[in-house]
Amino acid sequence: MFYREAGDFKTSYEADSQTFPIAFDRYRYWFVLAVAFLVIPFVINDYWANALLIPFLIYAIAAIGLNILTGYCGQVSLGTGAFMAVGAYACYKLMTAFPEINILLHILLSGVVTAVVGAAFGLPSLRIKGFYLAVATLAAQFFLVWLFNKVPWFYNNSASGQISAPERFVFDIAVTGPNTKAWAAYLVCLVFVTLSAIVARNLTRGSMGRRWMAIRDMDIAAEIIGVNPLKAKLSAFAVSSFFVGISGALFFAVYLGAVEVGEVFGINKSFLVLFMIIIGGLGSIFGAFAGAAFLVCLPVVLKVIGVDLFGWPPDLVAHFQLVIIGLLIMFFLIKEPHGLAQLWRVAKEKLRLWPFPY
Amino acid sequence: MIEAAEKHMHQNEDLTSGYTTADGRRIGDVMMDLKSITLRFGGVVAIQDISFDIRQGEIRAIIGPNGAGKSSMLNVISGFYVPQEGEVWFRGKKRPSLKPYQVAQQGIARTFQNIALFEGMTVLDNVMTGRLNFMKSGWLAQTIWLGKASREETANRQKVEEIIDFLEIQSIRKTPVGRLPYGLKKRVELARALAAEPELLLLDEPMAGMNVEEKEDMSRFILDVNDEFGTTIALIEHDMGVVMDLSDRVVVMDYGKKIGDGTPDEVRNNEQVIAAYLGVPNE
Amino acid sequence: MSADFLYGIEVILNGLMAGVMYALVALGFVLIFKASGIFNFAQGVMALFAALTLVGIMEGQVPFSHLINEVFGTEVHHFGWHVPALLAIAITLFVMVAFAWAVQKFLFKHLVGQEPIILFMATIGLAYFLEGFGDLMWGSNIKTLNLGLPQGGSRVIEDMTAKLGGDDFYGFFIDKLDIVATGVAIVLVLSLICFSQFTKQGRAMRAVADDHQAALSVGISLNFIWVLVWSLAGLVALVAGVMWGAKSGVQFSLSLIALKALPVLMLGGFTSIPGAIVGGLIIGVGEKLFEYLIGPMVGGATENWFAYVLALAFLVFRPQGLFGEKIIERV
Repeated sequence: MFYREAGDFKTSYEADSQTFPIAFDRYRYWFVLAVAFLVIPFVINDYWANALLIPFLIYAIAAIGLNILTGYCGQVSLGTGAFMAVGAYACYKLMTAFPEINILLHILLSGVVTAVVGAAFGLPSLRIKGFYLAVATLAAQFFLVWLFNKVPWFYNNSASGQISAPERFVFDIAVTGPNTKAWAAYLVCLVFVTLSAIVARNLTRGSMGRRWMAIRDMDIAAEIIGVNPLKAKLSAFAVSSFFVGISGALFFAVYLGAVEVGEVFGINKSFLVLFMIIIGGLGSIFGAFAGAAFLVCLPVVLKVIGVDLFGWPPDLVAHFQLVIIGLLIMFFLIKEPHGLAQLWRVAKEKLRLWPFPY
Repeated sequence: MIEAAEKHMHQNEDLTSGYTTADGRRIGDVMMDLKSITLRFGGVVAIQDISFDIRQGEIRAIIGPNGAGKSSMLNVISGFYVPQEGEVWFRGKKRPSLKPYQVAQQGIARTFQNIALFEGMTVLDNVMTGRLNFMKSGWLAQTIWLGKASREETANRQKVEEIIDFLEIQSIRKTPVGRLPYGLKKRVELARALAAEPELLLLDEPMAGMNVEEKEDMSRFILDVNDEFGTTIALIEHDMGVVMDLSDRVVVMDYGKKIGDGTPDEVRNNEQVIAAYLGVPNE
Repeated sequence: MSADFLYGIEVILNGLMAGVMYALVALGFVLIFKASGIFNFAQGVMALFAALTLVGIMEGQVPFSHLINEVFGTEVHHFGWHVPALLAIAITLFVMVAFAWAVQKFLFKHLVGQEPIILFMATIGLAYFLEGFGDLMWGSNIKTLNLGLPQGGSRVIEDMTAKLGGDDFYGFFIDKLDIVATGVAIVLVLSLICFSQFTKQGRAMRAVADDHQAALSVGISLNFIWVLVWSLAGLVALVAGVMWGAKSGVQFSLSLIALKALPVLMLGGFTSIPGAIVGGLIIGVGEKLFEYLIGPMVGGATENWFAYVLALAFLVFRPQGLFGEKIIERV
């Protein structure tokens, strides 16, 4: 009823450091999970799943991944698109090479493969910092996309150069391929999102997360108090790429079904995910969700308003979309570098005291 | 008895088995021995052939005018700068060339001249970073956050809360560090260093920019740390009053050279030191 | 001399010409970075925007005609006049200065003192904005820029060099436009150097680059200097936009040359004008040679990534770039 922490006394350090220290937040968290798992699968239809829900869930995983690297460890990456491609291609190779193994395992393994590749491309971060590193990650972006385009082994010599996901089942229900039902695809993504968020939260609340944040806030001081920068940065690259790889695998196998690498996982994808965490909030897992939701909804909303309501041609609306995204990025960086997550936090602080101003 | 101890010190420069201070504390063996350290940046010589030692349990001050190379000396001890010449001996063994984080893991913690806290984190998290060397749970344990990782977090939190109590910063526990005033930041930084339970604590101008009251507080904390935890302390400070009161022995540096070394009284009467601080008439 | 060897030389020459173009864009980055510490990702889009504006003005296009037509149901497209090239360039320059002023006033004034990486991300936002804005203003169709610059292979050079090789060698093929571009780039660099060395504003600019606070304390207006450098970057963007636009049409891909300028900067160091030029030449020659020698073995199109990988490999060994100063870290 009332959003209060008064009376909610903590008697142990475990209780004090739990994810949602305020009872109301805990209830809401369980409520959201219940709706997501028990209600939405029964009411979902193809339009909602493909236009909003599934992309939102998949981008949320990618944003969680990038947020670990950029928001928690302070290393800006412009190679997210390419790492998603690594996940997608790894998944494709695994699916076609070992068709008898469960697809969910393939998706997890794609994450592992991407983690290895990500850590390898993270190696320069030991010598290069700041936007030098950001530019260096562009090397990964362009090189990997080129590689997937040029080496036939990656796309099993298919004539089109594309990869397309064969049909695979979980409990005899198709989750990839053309006969996938919207609710099945949705549930697969939802399971991965939920696990990703919990894992990310656990990793960022303990010693690993503190190592990352120490590197982010002041790398020299972090090293002098005993953080091994090599381990910290590489683990951030690996963990981040793991999530990004999973999202890439889902994006290809569950969402699109067929992928042309330059088009789907190009540099614009990298920017899109970066924008999600800027708008959502750097260094916040909730922010990854907020940012993903926002940028998945924006084009849909603009299309509804521009094309359907005003009857404008789609290209004009697309131009507006660029302008609006650009403006939003600048606005958030100026006004609220911690993004939507911070706005949410401020709103909650206000609510905690409401109706009193102090 | 006190006079006897002082007399002993004056007579005997070879303090192999330690000595007893004026206030009756027992100072032990040499903990850190710096031998002929020389550090250059390109053509600039920051430290020139300096040797001194730090003994178990003592408070050792390094003083000198600005640009004398004091901070560089501390950076050499904490492994941030690697000297071109000279050797660092720690606990009776020659220290190989280590990375700063490896030095930290040996039990050397420090604070910084310009506060180097992690601005994006809360006070509690900042102090918890001091415990990182004690937190060994693997990534898998942390992923599921059951058992080891969670237990470890709680155990270390307990230790951190003791330090927070000790330094009287309970009330700002969950405040983001960026919002704190200067004096408190200095204290949080000390808390972070203490959380590492160091054997040797390096303090780089712990009282710079503080008012008298804050200086008194900080002095009390430093003495308490030395007294209660038995931590050996090396500190750089400009306030002569503080240095003379706190420290057992003082090294004086000027232009990268050592110009004095001894008890506060000895140093106070050293002609070279007086010349460096007050200047000498031109001849 | 064998024909293969001569073809190799031709590749190098063409690489040098391409390198000049890269250097031209990189120059805009260096100007802004030196004076304000901002790594301007939008430089490439600025070049695109400048070229779009130039074409639009020359052709007498109505700005925002698309939008106006949709909102008011009108059918306007052109004013029906053609503006002479020089006047159009002057107007475009004015637009770029206005843009510089707006960027300073509405964006970076509010971001003073932020970390470089935040500023960098802000310029990515700026790039998106400007791209959409340019499309809204002038439409997104591919346009040709015709300033009457010479085009096509240079006959003279071809004939002169044909003698070098045997019967199967027809002389070096070098685009006249590239030669013009090289000339323009040299003039631009020289005049920029003169400006920063010999004028009052130039001196103030260098002072700001050295130390903001100190410059402020001797009475230099930071605001003015920053508008100035963004204007200069706008000028450089215009020149780069004209050259690239004349070469391959004014279209979105033009903004991607900015991405090529990034490795140039990493190689040359972000603060060095000579570095930008040398870096540009190295990248230009390097990627052309690599494509010529190695490309056929690995399926070609290596130009997409070669520059980055080269810069990355280089940076790992020399993090400050070719001409940057060694970084001494302190605590």
